[in-house]
Amino acid sequence: MLITALTIFVLAMFVGFEIITKVPPTLHTPLMSGSNAISGITLVGAILATDGPIAGTLGFIAVVFATINVIGGFLVTHRMLGMFRKKK
Amino acid sequence: MFETSLDISFLAVSEPILDKVGQAIASATWANLGYLISATFFIFGIKGMTHPRTAVRGNMLGAIGMILAVLVTLWQFHGSTTAFLVVLLGVAMGTIVGVILAAKVQMTQMPQLVALLNGFGGIASLLVAGAEVVKKAAGIPYPAATGFAAALAGIIGAVTFSGSIVAAGKLHELPAFKDPIRFDGQQIANALLVGICLILAFVMMAGYGWPFWLLILLAGVLGVLLVSPIGGADMPVVIALLNSYSGLAACAAGFVINNNVLIIAGALVGASGLILTGIMCRAMNRSLAHVLFGTLEAKPGSVTADEIYSGKIKETSAEEIAMLLDSVQRVVFVPGYGLAVAQAQHIVRELAELLEARGAEVCYGIHPVAGRMPGHMNVLLAEAEVPYDQLKEMDEINPLFPQTDVVIVIGANDVVNPVALTDPNCPIYGMPILTVHEAKTVIVIKRSLSPGFAGIPNPLFAADNCLMYFGDGKKALNDLIAAVRES
Repeated sequence: MLITALTIFVLAMFVGFEIITKVPPTLHTPLMSGSNAISGITLVGAILATDGPIAGTLGFIAVVFATINVIGGFLVTHRMLGMFRKKK
Repeated sequence: MFETSLDISFLAVSEPILDKVGQAIASATWANLGYLISATFFIFGIKGMTHPRTAVRGNMLGAIGMILAVLVTLWQFHGSTTAFLVVLLGVAMGTIVGVILAAKVQMTQMPQLVALLNGFGGIASLLVAGAEVVKKAAGIPYPAATGFAAALAGIIGAVTFSGSIVAAGKLHELPAFKDPIRFDGQQIANALLVGICLILAFVMMAGYGWPFWLLILLAGVLGVLLVSPIGGADMPVVIALLNSYSGLAACAAGFVINNNVLIIAGALVGASGLILTGIMCRAMNRSLAHVLFGTLEAKPGSVTADEIYSGKIKETSAEEIAMLLDSVQRVVFVPGYGLAVAQAQHIVRELAELLEARGAEVCYGIHPVAGRMPGHMNVLLAEAEVPYDQLKEMDEINPLFPQTDVVIVIGANDVVNPVALTDPNCPIYGMPILTVHEAKTVIVIKRSLSPGFAGIPNPLFAADNCLMYFGDGKKALNDLIAAVRES
């Protein structure tokens, strides 16, 4: 189980390195805000954690923070990318 | 006969149980399949970011992947109905705040927003690990690896959260964060904090839950102590690093709850942040350790500003520049953060369009550390409707300078200082620069001869092919536009 998870982790890191080195500097800020939104995936863990009095409270706070991360990240990236235009 | 009846009773008792177990396995399989699809969306989404043409679609693919992951999770949720409603309430609250933040933020404030969102991601991962610690403390002791992963999620999450809040506060120039926390032996204190956190992590491997709460407290203090002394010019590195941490925190949380989509998405973001951190460090020719623990101090150089500048500065006027720009073929603008501070991006674009209408080729040379975060200057210029194909990165623009008639430097200083190439004793030696001094004429628009972040004089200003146009960025450019229109 652990080895499988570690394998997935290492392979995903390689995939990340491969793709991201190809991102041009022009798009580094949207890349950061967009990937930032993706790191809000912890929302999945937050939802699953929300049950019972103490764990549920922690889970609820996590859900709020992670959702801000996800929604804020994707929307602001969308807003930024809308500004990038090619020459008319 | 006897056997058959036994068989039937066996089936009668266990069929519902078997059915339930079977259903649970089936549901987990479907959920994991859903998570795999959403991880694929994330990868294609980031791949879309490799070109401005596909970036909008890429971001949407990422968002679709996220919606899918959340729907799968809600479908798989086996908590009480109340808990389900609590989740929906949390999502609704987060959505409202997220929408407001994304809609209100100005492009100059992007670094602090990204820092803040990094921090939120970090604390969410920390809390996920915390909830798991609470749950398991109540019942089943967890395996050593889970305990260690929870400790890591706690440490990285807490450092990301407190560090990001300090970074965002500093970038937003809030008074509370203005004075850096510095004391003797700070490095030793930091090392001690890391050491204690790791010891506590090992205690957690033995199945204890209590060290988690002490550990996040200490890691939180560590985040503050690490980020607080770091100066404004190094902020791009810090934000990129915190971006990486927020991903790694999610990844560690994924190990705690055994969830592959968290591990994959977290690893992607972790890799992304690490690459950007490396790019920023290289652009400043500084090691990560030096950025984090060292301070960039201006050595009293062998030559003083007076020696370099006296009698060699040639001042120019709007009219003179307008004449110079009359018959140029290629003009390169080199914007620095000073341009964004003066909010003069739109005026630069106006001037550029004016020159293009007269047949000149215009582009923008952008140093990687021109803004407050990686790629920040590009966003600020894109906002001012500068087409992205005119934005050239350093490696692309440097070979063009010898064939450039006029370079206009606005609000940039250290990134065009030729001593970085020539003087091994100067603090910025080895930093890659935009070689504007190779152009036929360089015009520097600047308020005064004051030095940049590095605190050293710039011999470019005294060069034979350099003209200084002193003035406030916005006003100077407006005067220039008026003069160009008249000529």
